[in-house]
Amino acid sequence: MDRRVVITGMGIWSTLGHNLEEVRQSLYDGVSGIIFDPERKEMGFRSALTAKLDEPDLKKVLSRSQRAFMPQQAKFAYAATSQALEMARLDQDYIDAHEVGLIYGGDSSADPTVRAVDTMREKKDTTLCGSGAIFQSMNSTVTMNLGCIFHLKGINMTISAACASGSHSIGLGALLIRNGLQDIVICGGAQEVNPFSIGSFDGISAFSTRESEPTKASRPFDRDRDGLVPGGGAATVIIESYESAVKRGAPILAEVVSYGFSSNGDHISSPNVAGPTRSLELAVKHAGIDIRQIGYVNAHATSTHIGDTNEAKAIFNIFGDQRVPVTSTKSQTGHEMWMAGSSEVIYSMLMMKNDFVAANLNFENPDEDSAKLFIPGKRIEHHFDTFLSNSFGFGGTNSTLIIRNIK
Amino acid sequence: MNREELIKKVNEVLAEEFEKEVSDITPDADIYSTLELDSLSLVDMVALIDSEFGVKIPSSEVRGIKTFNALYDYLEQHAQ
Repeated sequence: MDRRVVITGMGIWSTLGHNLEEVRQSLYDGVSGIIFDPERKEMGFRSALTAKLDEPDLKKVLSRSQRAFMPQQAKFAYAATSQALEMARLDQDYIDAHEVGLIYGGDSSADPTVRAVDTMREKKDTTLCGSGAIFQSMNSTVTMNLGCIFHLKGINMTISAACASGSHSIGLGALLIRNGLQDIVICGGAQEVNPFSIGSFDGISAFSTRESEPTKASRPFDRDRDGLVPGGGAATVIIESYESAVKRGAPILAEVVSYGFSSNGDHISSPNVAGPTRSLELAVKHAGIDIRQIGYVNAHATSTHIGDTNEAKAIFNIFGDQRVPVTSTKSQTGHEMWMAGSSEVIYSMLMMKNDFVAANLNFENPDEDSAKLFIPGKRIEHHFDTFLSNSFGFGGTNSTLIIRNIK
Repeated sequence: MNREELIKKVNEVLAEEFEKEVSDITPDADIYSTLELDSLSLVDMVALIDSEFGVKIPSSEVRGIKTFNALYDYLEQHAQ
């Protein structure tokens, strides 16, 4: 069986906005979500830069007992998923009567873990951690919470693949649908935004220290980049077999044409060129399309020296002199990590549906490798019907998705 | 803190945590049904009592405290 996989719903809780329209406008306007957080400086952070994110107020929509088990990123994911379900016209009656699956990217739940450990150390009594601590602390907290809240009965699991988690979730969900094992899968990625979750990441000097100019700090591909800025939130993409979408009368937004993946088998934090190149090659091969049909590349580029350089080389290896626009939306959002692979599909979808490519903010001077790519430093009006989205993670996990517009 | 003040504070913190009205809480009412506690949220009540009143209710004793009056009595006896 080889069924077509389409996108029928999207939802997002991002530093660029709390719904698709707000995010589309922020992308169009080139808004940066990056701020300086004084609390982090007091905690000993090398860089106190972060994306700004509010938590959704779920008091009126979920009971206390439901909220008690939800850490920050599960609340983000609930907000994003509610929007996506509504867009896909999936109501509770339909969900109750069918096997709807859930595969979400997530690779930490540090804040509740640290708080529970602090309580244990201080109180010497595990009961005092409270009932939510165990469910909030587990890596699969988002999928266990959403599975219960939405009464989902299909596949239910969290994908942990570092900063490629959100992309792999869509790729793996698409494989299940393509093979006829599921009709609908809720995919996505969620990332907590708090000091405990990224303190040790800050400790390895991966973050930009351009603290005097927060909105200038995330500058993927720019010659003077000095590290990434952490961000987060949640993004949900509902994928479905074409037949199911037609039968339900759901909006068919785009098609997940292919999924490429690879592992570098190399250094734990430094990416190489060969691994990402193989992920790109596999995606293009599986797509079975002429590469010139790809009208936009959403790069993983996080604003680190080696990462952006090696990705630029990998993209050039595949696209050569083809003048396809390449940008990293992380220039606006910072690095949304476990969420990024899903949110960047949504950012790209919003651009594709509205005929523009958002500016790669702060791209002022190319380096030797980024000079070989077409990286718009300002927004361009640009029509395209197919895009490619890269996501790479620690340990050398790579994921590439190719998505085609359906009007 | 005298008993009247204790009762007022207990009712306020429990009502806020479990999202009930203070007026829902009466001395002889059943704690479990009034606050809609299950085995998990009971853990939260124990943690809340510890943080607000400095009294640790052992799990072996908490199930024996059925009414709010019994809870007030327990706290009066064990508060430092």
